Amino acid sequence: MRITQGCFSFLPDLTDDQILTQIQYCLDNGWAVNLEFTDDPHPRNTYWEMWGLPMFDLHDAKGVLMELNACRKVYGDRYIRLSAFDSSHGWESVRISFIVNRPKNEDGFRLERTEAHGRVQRYATRAYATDRPEGKRYT
Amino acid sequence: MNELRDAAPARPATINLAEEYAGSGVGDVLRQLDDELIGLAPVKQRIREIAALLLVDRVRSKFGLAAQAPTLHMSFTGNPGTGKTTVATRMAEILHRLGYIRRGHLVAVTRDDLVGQYIGHTAPKTKEVLKKAMGGVLFIDEAYYLYRQDNERDYGQESIEILLQVMENNRDDLVVILAGYADKMDRFFHSNPGFRSRVAHHIDFPDYTDADLLAIAEKMLASLNYRASDEAKQALAEYILLRRTQPLFANARSIRNALDRARLRQANRLLAAQDPELTLDALTTIQSADIRQSRVFQQKENGA
Repeated sequence: MRITQGCFSFLPDLTDDQILTQIQYCLDNGWAVNLEFTDDPHPRNTYWEMWGLPMFDLHDAKGVLMELNACRKVYGDRYIRLSAFDSSHGWESVRISFIVNRPKNEDGFRLERTEAHGRVQRYATRAYATDRPEGKRYT
Repeated sequence: MNELRDAAPARPATINLAEEYAGSGVGDVLRQLDDELIGLAPVKQRIREIAALLLVDRVRSKFGLAAQAPTLHMSFTGNPGTGKTTVATRMAEILHRLGYIRRGHLVAVTRDDLVGQYIGHTAPKTKEVLKKAMGGVLFIDEAYYLYRQDNERDYGQESIEILLQVMENNRDDLVVILAGYADKMDRFFHSNPGFRSRVAHHIDFPDYTDADLLAIAEKMLASLNYRASDEAKQALAEYILLRRTQPLFANARSIRNALDRARLRQANRLLAAQDPELTLDALTTIQSADIRQSRVFQQKENGA
């Protein structure tokens, strides 16, 4: 099941050229670009691991793409997303976030039903991937 | 679909090169360079060649001929004060206006900014700098300090390796300019043959002639809203002749320092005179006395 999180996730995967254009848009606005990766695709998992530090003071998108390619080399089998942080007063938050890399096979989620007190049913979604230990989920 | 798109821009039968030249704005860039930089004939010549190549490449691509972006990594060598840093800052702007680099900013670094202090510190530091320089010019001043011959475990070597790799792989993303004194740079290239072959343009900055230096001095004064009186110009010409024979002569830098001191003396003179009606002219004019008080002249008298 294809994960749809952040911008552009209902579109076909962005090509590197398209990613470059998006990054350049972020940089032109003065946002700091971050790379994050994870192998836990659950939508409530908001804290992804960061690849290096946020990239301040860049002028050209190619520098970010270099880092992205380095990240893909190591964590190419995981989800990688790119987010841009706007530090200007009043915003001070992430302005854009989109997935730039995903595993070859996205297993999707299992629906778990738990019987609670009385006739109450509790539902949980659990990614098949997380059945396996971290680092071996998409290999 | 693809065929349609490829066929759309019809190839012209002929191209008016003069028109292309006028349209590209290259002429303006070169003229500005001629106006603002004095002397430096070989440097200007090389920039003109690069501009011509980039323009012809653009025209060639209109005909559908292969046009690979040339390697533009450069090394500037020359004596102190011959304008290496000045030209490098200018180069970023020139290459940007010629359409070779995308952003046209300059990142000036020295060994400190590239080489780390402990194991594993160097690579991230160098990469950080390279990332910042993407789309612009990376200017490495005193590049020979990157390599320390006497210490084979020096971290500079690691930095050099990363630089070489990026210079090769990201040729169309950034231009690396190395600068330094000629003899030390020669030794640096000798011990790092990889650098030598990846740097396409070795530009040697000649020493300025006396006339050049005088023109530079006048330009420097003009940029600070000063002017030299005729006698002061004469004194300046003599000063240049004398200063050249003394040790530690650093071309334009020596001139700049001399002018700074002349401004100090001028300010002192004005203050001492306590003129109740100070004119604008007096404020902006450097007199010959301001220059002739220099240590350089006094030594001549002592020697004579």
